[in-house]
Amino acid sequence: MAQHNTLRPDLKHIADQIKPGSRVLDLGCADGELLAWLQANKAVRGIGVDVDVMSIVSCVEKGLNVIQADMESGLQNFEDGSFDYVVLSLTIQAMHNIELILQEMLRVGKVGLVTFPNFGFWENRWQILIGRMPVSETIPYEWYNTPNIHFCTVKDFDKLLGKMGMKVDKQVVLHQGETVDFLPNLFGSLALVQFSQA
Amino acid sequence: MSNDSVGIVIPQKIEFNEPITLSSGAVLPRYELMVETYGELNADKSNAILICHALSGHHHIAGKHAESDKAAGWWDNMVGPGKPIDTNKFFVIGLNNLGGCHGSTGPSSINPETGAPYGSSFPVVLVRDWVETQARLADRLGIQQFAAIIGGSLGGMQALRWTITYPERVRHALVIASAPKLTAQNIAFNDVARQAIITDPEFHGGDFYQHGVVPKRGLRLARMLGHITYLSDDGMGEKFGRMLRSGEYKYGFDVEFEIESYLRYQGDKFSTMFDANTYLLMTKALDYFDPARHYGGSLAEAMRQAEAKFLVVSFTSDWRFAPSRSREIVKALLDADRSVSYAEIESQHGHDAFLMEDAPYMAVMRAYLNNVAKEIA
Repeated sequence: MAQHNTLRPDLKHIADQIKPGSRVLDLGCADGELLAWLQANKAVRGIGVDVDVMSIVSCVEKGLNVIQADMESGLQNFEDGSFDYVVLSLTIQAMHNIELILQEMLRVGKVGLVTFPNFGFWENRWQILIGRMPVSETIPYEWYNTPNIHFCTVKDFDKLLGKMGMKVDKQVVLHQGETVDFLPNLFGSLALVQFSQA
Repeated sequence: MSNDSVGIVIPQKIEFNEPITLSSGAVLPRYELMVETYGELNADKSNAILICHALSGHHHIAGKHAESDKAAGWWDNMVGPGKPIDTNKFFVIGLNNLGGCHGSTGPSSINPETGAPYGSSFPVVLVRDWVETQARLADRLGIQQFAAIIGGSLGGMQALRWTITYPERVRHALVIASAPKLTAQNIAFNDVARQAIITDPEFHGGDFYQHGVVPKRGLRLARMLGHITYLSDDGMGEKFGRMLRSGEYKYGFDVEFEIESYLRYQGDKFSTMFDANTYLLMTKALDYFDPARHYGGSLAEAMRQAEAKFLVVSFTSDWRFAPSRSREIVKALLDADRSVSYAEIESQHGHDAFLMEDAPYMAVMRAYLNNVAKEIA
């Protein structure tokens, strides 16, 4: 096994959930870091999706299969149940149609894996309390230049899944790459949720 | 000549004496193909790339035939030493397709049986017929499997067809600005172009050679129409807008707007260079192309035959073969569980974008082909 430490912390935790040899769709795959790692270390069959052409170039350079597409309109390219895992890492907070993408994830795949910045993290709460929009490690933008439009807390996300007839199979909350077990919605800055149809 | 050019190249005519039965049932007892190659074929003959040309293309892809040539081959920005299709790594083959008018046997060639040009008697050729002749060319060169087959537009259709007809002979197919079949609108444009040619009094039912004339007016109109469909509204607007040649209205029907001047120039140039019968044949090959037809109408089923890996590329402002058409190919490949990457390049150059210099487009091609080179090394 190659070392994990070359992977971004949230990607490392995603990689841990994925069984060897499975089929993985990585939405918002950026430069293909996760897929390249999974392909090399877990022999997955992966496809990336990204809207940015330079991400496509990076993935093609790495020898990955990648499709340039805007996920806001769904995942029409993919048939029902064609993947074991569908990953959406640190992207959902910048998307318009959250419910559509979650539905689509569980249409084309069995298991969804989402990571997002936890708005309930205490530093964020504190900054709101003192009258400022939060800027923190996982939310590094100022209010006027952020691509993020849909923030939520760990609790909010779970509630949405429930409302949509989906269930949380596993939840890992992190801060600076380390798992947070005590009051995760307060002390975790980044959440990983694995979910499936209830 | 710059050092990223293939330099001076010499095309060669290769003769085929085994008869070929075409899809229409017609038989050509023998034919010649005009071929140009760049780079060196390696010892195990694994580094060959075939480039298939589009409607008006030919074998002269890169470099010049003489130092004094004004322009280089039609894809010189893509093919050469250190370029995305790198002739330091690959042995690149260009040919003029059967039925063409740039040296391969076509309607303007002399039929050895009659001693006169084929003209109207030259049979209709389909994309699959071209693939057959290209396969015979590969046999002749001792190439069992291509590292890649690459084509834009009608050339992309040939690459697709290759992967279905000869799955084991194609490692990678690069299908650019193409479509899995024409739409009614595409066919409609083609038919207007054909009608322009066929109704030209100097066409003489396709046998104009004997009359010592050329249906220039028809060809010119066909090309002008075609050219409009190769550009985008935005691209045309940016380049020409409503610019007037003399700066003021003349209240007549002569050339006034720059776009008129441009189209007429393109039409005139083309009508002196291209064969009217070849134009008809090429547009028919486009119209008939529909590989799904033989697989119950399912493109995915057709693509299931393929063993190649695919790169599909489209351009945002291309409305002749819009990105949605490339997405159909991608979807079929995904449904067939084939290996595919897809780039949708932002461009305002319309269908012609596949021939233009564009950094992200070049970067995708280069990245993909670098890996192909590593794979066969």
